[in-house]
Amino acid sequence: MVKHSGRIVTGAHYGLRDWLAQRITAVFMVVYIAVLAVLVTINPPQDYAAWSGIFKHSWMRIATFLFFAALFWHAWVGVRNVLMDYVKPVAIRLTLQVLVIIALLVYLVWTAEILWS
Amino acid sequence: MEFRAGGQLRNYHFKVSRMEAKLKHQRPRHLDLFKITQPLPAIVSIMHRISGVLLFFPGIPFLLYGLNMLLESPESFAAMQAVLQHPGLKLLLVFFVWFFLHHLCAGIRYLALDLHYGVELAQARASSKWVLAISIPLTLLTGVALW
Repeated sequence: MVKHSGRIVTGAHYGLRDWLAQRITAVFMVVYIAVLAVLVTINPPQDYAAWSGIFKHSWMRIATFLFFAALFWHAWVGVRNVLMDYVKPVAIRLTLQVLVIIALLVYLVWTAEILWS
Repeated sequence: MEFRAGGQLRNYHFKVSRMEAKLKHQRPRHLDLFKITQPLPAIVSIMHRISGVLLFFPGIPFLLYGLNMLLESPESFAAMQAVLQHPGLKLLLVFFVWFFLHHLCAGIRYLALDLHYGVELAQARASSKWVLAISIPLTLLTGVALW
C-alpha cells in the first residue's frame, strides 16, 4: 500500500538557480554591451583592420566568448519558460527542449570558431 | 464566488446564488483576447516575451553569421558592407534593434521590480511607459543613423 507522507512535491529546486542565472547573465551582458558601445563610440572602427584589431586582444576574445555563453544560458532559461507555458504535450515539449539545447551548444562551438580562427 | 448550499443557510444561499447568477449574466464577458484592453505593463510584458523569442531565433544565428562576416577576412567584411546597403536588410536590422532595445529596457525594469523598486501600481504603469518612451525613439534614432 502506498502511504501518503504528507510531503509536497517541490521538484528539483532548479527554479531559483535558473531565475538567478537569468538575472546574472542579463547584468553581465549589459556590462559587456556598454563597454563595447563605449569603445566603438570613442574610436569608431572604419575598416576590417580596425574591427579585427578590437577582437585580436585575448581579453576581448574571452570577454566576447563569455558574453555569448551568458547569452545562450539566458536564452535557454527564457525559451524553456516559454515552452513550458505554451507546449503542453510532454513529448513535443521535450523534443523542442532538446533541439534548443543542441542548437545552443552548436552556437557555442561556432562562437569559439569565429573568435579563435 | 461559488455558493455551496448546505445546512440551515440553504435557502438563503440559493437566493443569493440566483442573484449572483443574474448579475453575472448581465456582465459583459470579454474573454476574447482581442476584445480585452490590456493594461500597458501587460503589453510591455508580452512584447518582452515575443522579442526574447525572436532574439533567440532568428536573432542569435543572424548575430553569429554577422560576427563571422565581420571578422573572417577583408573580403567577407566587404561583402557584409555591400549586403548592409540593401534597404530591406536595413529595415530588418532596425526591427531587430527594436526587439533588442525593448527586451533590454523591459529587462532592466524587471530587475528593478525584483529589487522591489517601483512595485506600486502607479509606478509600475509609469515605468512600463518609460520602457516604450526610451526603446522606440532609440530604435528610430538607429534607423536614421543607418540611412
